[in-house]
Amino acid sequence: MSRNPLIREVPPTSWYFRHPRYLRYMAREITSLFVGAYCVFLVFAMQSLAAGQSSYEAFLVALRSPASIIFHLLALAAALYHAATWFNATQKAMPIQRGEEFVPGKLISGAHYLAWAVLSIVILFIAGVF
Amino acid sequence: MKERLVRLEVLRYNPDTDTAAHFQRYEVSCPEEGVVLDALNKIKETIDPTLNYRWSCHMAVCGSCGMMINGEPKLSCHAFLREYDGVIRVEPLAHFPIERDLVTAPDDFIEKLKRVKPYLIPKAPKPISEGEYLQTPAQLKKYHRFTLCINCMLCYAACPEYGLTPKFIGPAAISLAHRYNQDSRDGGRDERQEIIASKEGVWECTFVGACSEVCPAHVDPASALQQVKIASSIDWFKEHLLPGGGK
Repeated sequence: MSRNPLIREVPPTSWYFRHPRYLRYMAREITSLFVGAYCVFLVFAMQSLAAGQSSYEAFLVALRSPASIIFHLLALAAALYHAATWFNATQKAMPIQRGEEFVPGKLISGAHYLAWAVLSIVILFIAGVF
Repeated sequence: MKERLVRLEVLRYNPDTDTAAHFQRYEVSCPEEGVVLDALNKIKETIDPTLNYRWSCHMAVCGSCGMMINGEPKLSCHAFLREYDGVIRVEPLAHFPIERDLVTAPDDFIEKLKRVKPYLIPKAPKPISEGEYLQTPAQLKKYHRFTLCINCMLCYAACPEYGLTPKFIGPAAISLAHRYNQDSRDGGRDERQEIIASKEGVWECTFVGACSEVCPAHVDPASALQQVKIASSIDWFKEHLLPGGGK
C-alpha cells in the first residue's frame, strides 16, 4: 500500500480567527504597537523640549487636544493590557524552586505587579503629582 | 444505563480514491457518561467499519487518540459527550498530514523527537560497579513535570507557529530536551542546545501559550520553552561578554 497523505495548509493571514485563544494572543501582540507608538511620541516630546520654550509650549497645547487625549487613553489601555499579560507570564518563564517545592506562581507574578506599582508611585512622585 | 443520541460530523479521507477530505455524518446512541472515542467505536462496530482512527488505552495515558473535537485538540478518550451540545465535529489533529480519515502521519514529530536526544547522556562514562546515579527529591522535582509528556502531539496541533512554520522543533520535543537538560545526572545540554537554541528551535516560539492550554498531562510546554529562551540568552551573554566565553 503506497502512502498518499493529505497536506492541509494553514491560512497565513486568517489563522487567528480559528480559536479565541489565538485572538487573545494577537490582541497581546497588537498592544505592542501602541507601546511602540508611545515611545515615538516621547521622542517628539524631547525634541520639542530641546527646540526651546515656544516649541515646548505649543507641544503642551497640542497635548490637550481631543485627538491627543484619545491617543493617550488608548495607549494607556494597551500598555496596561500588555504589561498584565507579561506579568502573568513571568511565573511560567521564571519558576523559583525552594527546596523541593516551587514558589507559587501567583507570588512571582504578584511581585512584578508590586514592583510596577512602587515604580509608578516613585515616578509620579518625581513628576510632582503628590 | 442512560443513553444519549450523539450526532457526529467526521472528516473522511481515503488516500486511494480521494483528492480532498469531506465530512460524513453519523448518529449513534451512547451511554450518557461516554466519551467521543466510545461514539467512534460504536460507529465502527455498528454502522461503518471503514472508519479509521488510532486509539489504545482509553484512559488518557497512551496519547494515541488525539483529534480535533469542535476545533480543539483533545484526546478523544477524554472528551466527554455530556460536555457537547449538537453535532460534534471530529477532525484529524491539525498541522499533521492526514494518512486516512482521523489517522495522521506523525513522522515529522518523531524525527524532531530523535533530534533533541531525549535520553540521559552521562557527564562521564561510569561502570556499573560504581553504583547508581544518585538524585535528591529536590533535583527530581526540578524536571519532574516535563517527564509527564505522553507524546500525544496535541500541543503541535494547537501551536500556530508549528502550523505556519513546520520546521519549528515544537513544544513537546523542546520540553523533553529541557527535561533532560534539567536533570542533575545529565551532561548532554551542549549537544541539545545546538538543536533547541537554533532559529528553528525555541526562537520560533512566540509564546502563544496554546500548547500548555491543551496539554492533557499538564506538562506546561510553554513554561519549558520560555525557560529555554532565558537559559539560551544567558549562554549568549556569557559567550559574548565574559572573557573566555564564560567557560
